[in-house]
Parts: sequence; structure tokens; C-alpha cells
Amino acid sequence: MTAPVLSHSSLERLRWVVADGWAVTRRDLLHWANRPGQVVANVLFSVMVLLLFAYLFGGAMTVPGGDYREFLVPGVLAMTMIFGVEGTFTAVNNDIARGVTDRFRSMPMAPSAVVVGRCAADMLNAALTLAALVAAGLAIGWRWHEGLLSALAAFGLLLLLRLAMLWLGIYLGLVLRSPESVMALQILVWPLGFLSNAFVPPGTMPGWLGTVVEWNPLSATVAATRELFGNPGWQGTAWPAQHPALAAIAWSALFIAVFLPLSVRRYRLLSR
Amino acid sequence: MNRSDPAVLAEDLHKTYGDTAALAGFDLEVPAGTVHGLLGPNGAGKTTAVRVLATLTQPDSGTARVAGFDAVRDPIRVRRRIGLVGQQAAVDEILTGRQNLVLFGRLYHLGAAAAARRADELLERFGLTEAAGRAAGQYSGGMRRRLDLAASLILSPAVLFLDEPTTGLDPRARTEVWESVRQLAAAGTTILLTTQYLDEADQLAGRISVVDHGRVIAEGSPDELKRRIGTDRLDVVVRHAADLPAVARLVGGVASGAAESDRDRRRVSAPVRDGMAALTTLVRALDDEGIEAVDVGLRRPSLDEVFLRLTGENKDKEVAA
Repeated sequence: MTAPVLSHSSLERLRWVVADGWAVTRRDLLHWANRPGQVVANVLFSVMVLLLFAYLFGGAMTVPGGDYREFLVPGVLAMTMIFGVEGTFTAVNNDIARGVTDRFRSMPMAPSAVVVGRCAADMLNAALTLAALVAAGLAIGWRWHEGLLSALAAFGLLLLLRLAMLWLGIYLGLVLRSPESVMALQILVWPLGFLSNAFVPPGTMPGWLGTVVEWNPLSATVAATRELFGNPGWQGTAWPAQHPALAAIAWSALFIAVFLPLSVRRYRLLSR
Repeated sequence: MNRSDPAVLAEDLHKTYGDTAALAGFDLEVPAGTVHGLLGPNGAGKTTAVRVLATLTQPDSGTARVAGFDAVRDPIRVRRRIGLVGQQAAVDEILTGRQNLVLFGRLYHLGAAAAARRADELLERFGLTEAAGRAAGQYSGGMRRRLDLAASLILSPAVLFLDEPTTGLDPRARTEVWESVRQLAAAGTTILLTTQYLDEADQLAGRISVVDHGRVIAEGSPDELKRRIGTDRLDVVVRHAADLPAVARLVGGVASGAAESDRDRRRVSAPVRDGMAALTTLVRALDDEGIEAVDVGLRRPSLDEVFLRLTGENKDKEVAA
């Protein structure tokens, strides 16, 4: 006889996770509406990186399989997902520093809603940025060649990478308490972005660097999306380079498996 | 909750961070409908006490009951009955004032229409209607604080915690916040307020607990605390500094302790036991001797003196131990 009651109350709880999560998501949507310039600037930055590499460096670049722009676009898409970690970090960090997290915690709302809302807002933001970059890519001559399903699978991998970065960002936002630490984060993220196959084939690098690059989590997603889009890539020798889709999923899953529980633990520690 | 139950009850709370004991046997009882001040220096444990009572921090041991519910075992029930105003104005700076209140209203599980209505009521009540459409980041410190206060009042909480609500505010903004707190108190909200400012506790709180090293070391009404520290002082300021020795002699005649002369301020000051009698005798004596006094007055010791004395005593005890 207790079972229906139990399921009722857990259903009720789920209802509030969704409702409160949506309220928190809506907060970010209102941020965009109130400060559209910020959103546009963020998207334009990614588009600028794309155009910069396509036109400024593109002429001097040769890649196996031909067209540099075809090679470049998946790289910029994936790198943008990696850089998303800064946005998540800043949002989490600011809320703690300003006492907003404490306000949420002193309210009778579903505790997980804070994270659910953060997730939803950041993933929406990522999807929007991807759409803008894809449009810019199409405009400079990039195409996908393996059909819509493969292309959608590639976008799925990109968003999975962003989800992995989201949990890393939440964890770091909870751990590094001073807002200045975003600088330290940038110092960490930029090498991760550039020590990859996003802009340059690893074969052109010194051997040891090539190996580092092939094992970079970003490289796996870039290689996998190139394959799915039918864009030129580079056949590496390391395991992740030979099984890029598997490696991309494994890297993202590993990040989530490590940082999701760590973040939950950290969030609980706030009550210490 | 029974009518007689205290709105806030803390019994023997302990909380240790590493080697520091933030709370070391903290006791507190606040009757419903009163304003209670927690007064103490930085690091005395005031904020930790409020965080425990507001369900944000788990105590190591002890009992914390708020509005009739256990803050540790039943935090959700407590959260429905409290409001918390922390040390910073915890509002979203990109959202407008109105959007902030609607967001928090939704998270307090009001429906969309109810949240909007409540937001408008509170904006009106805190004089923010005109600024409702502006981003909270553009508000002055006092306005942001009032918005913060409004957000804590969405569910009309039975108990409101204010953790140093005026720290970092200019005098004008501080007066605004005081005014809001007085109105809330008049409407019957139980308020627990922490502050480092003695005048703030003196102005707002009916009772004060002096906190030091994680414990309450003295408690009473502001007047009781002032009386505890000792006697009134009699101050005489004369027109001519040359009169000071004569005045010191006269004051000495009515004082219960040594009279102190301050040449620069042309003032003589001494503790007295029966303030009014001493004052009358002295004024008559000054008149007889033809000494012109600019000011004669009885002075209660300020809460500052009470506070320094109490926390100082505590330090002495520690040295002795």
C-alpha cells in the first residue's frame, strides 16, 4: 500500500525538478534577452576565429585530402565546445561569489534544479553557437558529404563534448572560489584547444608533440566529426586517431563520470 | 508550533572548521515577534550561527529549531518559513528588479500570475516600482539591498535572518534598510540580525546577544547591557579652562570614583552612583561658586564601551586559562 504513495511523492519531486530547473534556465534566457550584445559577441568570436584561420592562415596551409576550409570547420566547431567551459565556470563562480547560490539553497526549491537549469541553458547556448558557426562554415564553402544522419551524429558528438566541459566547468566553478581564477582556466584551456588537430594535422609536428595532440580529448572529437562530415582528415597511428568516434565518446564519458560525482560532492560540501 | 514556542532556538551548537571552533556551545532563544541582535567582532561566529539556523550549514552537534521545525532534520519545512539576507545582496545583476522577484517567486513555487503579483506588491512596498524595469546591476547599494530584502519576503516568512545587512552601505542607504527592518518588525516578523555596528543593534534590536569565540557571552536589552557595565558618568564642560581645578573639586564631591579633567575639551568627567541627585547637587554648587558651565550632562555608557569591556573580559579569561 505504500508503493503508490512513494511513487506519487517521487513524481511530485520530479515535477519540481523540472519546474524549478526551467525557472533557472529561463533566468539565463532572460540574460540573453537583456544583454543580447553579450551573446552576439560570444558567437562572433567563434566566427572570427573561423574566418581568421580560413583566410589569414588558410592560404599557407596544405592538408592531405585538399581543402583547408573543409578541414578547418570541424576543428573550430569542436574547439568552441571546449571553450564553453569558461562560460559555465564563470556562471557557477559568480553565483557563489555573489551569494545567489546561498539564496537558492535557503529556498524550498528542488536542490538539483540549479544544476539542471545550468545544463539546459549552457547546452542551448552551445546549440545556438553551433548553428551560427555551421552557417558561417557553409558560407565559406564547407559542406557535409555523408548525408544528414551522419552530420547529425557529428553534431551529437560535439554537444556531448560540450556536456563533458559543462561538468568540468561546474566542478572548477565550485572549487576555485576567486573569480580571478578564470584567468588560470584560460591558460589551461587555450593549450588544450590549440595542442590539437583542430587547425594543423599532427603529422606536421615533432613526433612527441604529435602523440600528445593525438591523445588530446579535443582531437578525438575533431577527427570523428571530420569522418562523419566526410571532410579531409589525417590518419594517425595512436589508438584514438584510429578509432576517433569511439575515442570521442570515451573521452566525454570519462569527463562526465569523473566530474559529475565530484561536482555533486562539492555542492554538498557547501553545507560544511 | 505552539504560540509559546520560541521562533528561534539554538542549544549547545558546535561547529569546527579545521582547528577553529566557529561555534562552541552556542545558545540562543528568540521569542516570536521580536527583533534580536547578534553582536560581535569579525570571526565571532555570528555568520556561522545564522547559516546553521538558515539550513545552509550543518552543525557538528547541538539543536537548531526555527519556526517550530528542526533545521537539520527538516530543512525544507524550515526553508518555507524563513527569509535570508546574506552579507552581499544576492540578486541577479543582469535581470531587472522585477525579473529577479518573479524568478525567486517561481522558485518559491508560486504560480506565474501569483509570482508576478507578489513581485509588484514588493516593488511597491520597497519603493522600487520606478526602477522595476532596470537591471539590478545599475541599482545603488541601498536599492540593491532593498531588492534583496524584498526577495527574502516573497513568502512572508515567519523568521527573517539578516546577516550584517548594512555592511558596506553609505549612511543614507543604511537608514533606508533600518526603516524597512522597523516596518517588518512592526508587522510582527521575527528578526534575527547580526551586526558589528553597536548603534545598529541599539537602534533595531529589543534584545542583544553579545557573541565572542562562538558563544553568547552576554544577553539582555540594550539598556540592561549598558547598566551591567556600571554606572552613569557625569560630564561638565566649562567656558574657561581656568575653572577646571575648581570644577574637578566639586565633581569629586559627588562622584563615586576619580574625576578626570580634560584640558583640551575643558571637560571634567566622573562616575556617579545616583545620577540625578549628583547632577542636582553639582549644578547648585557651580551656581554658588559662580562658575559658568557650557554643558552639564549625565551619560549612559555607550554599547561600544559595554562591548569592548565584555569581549575584553573574555580575552583576559582566556589568558588566565
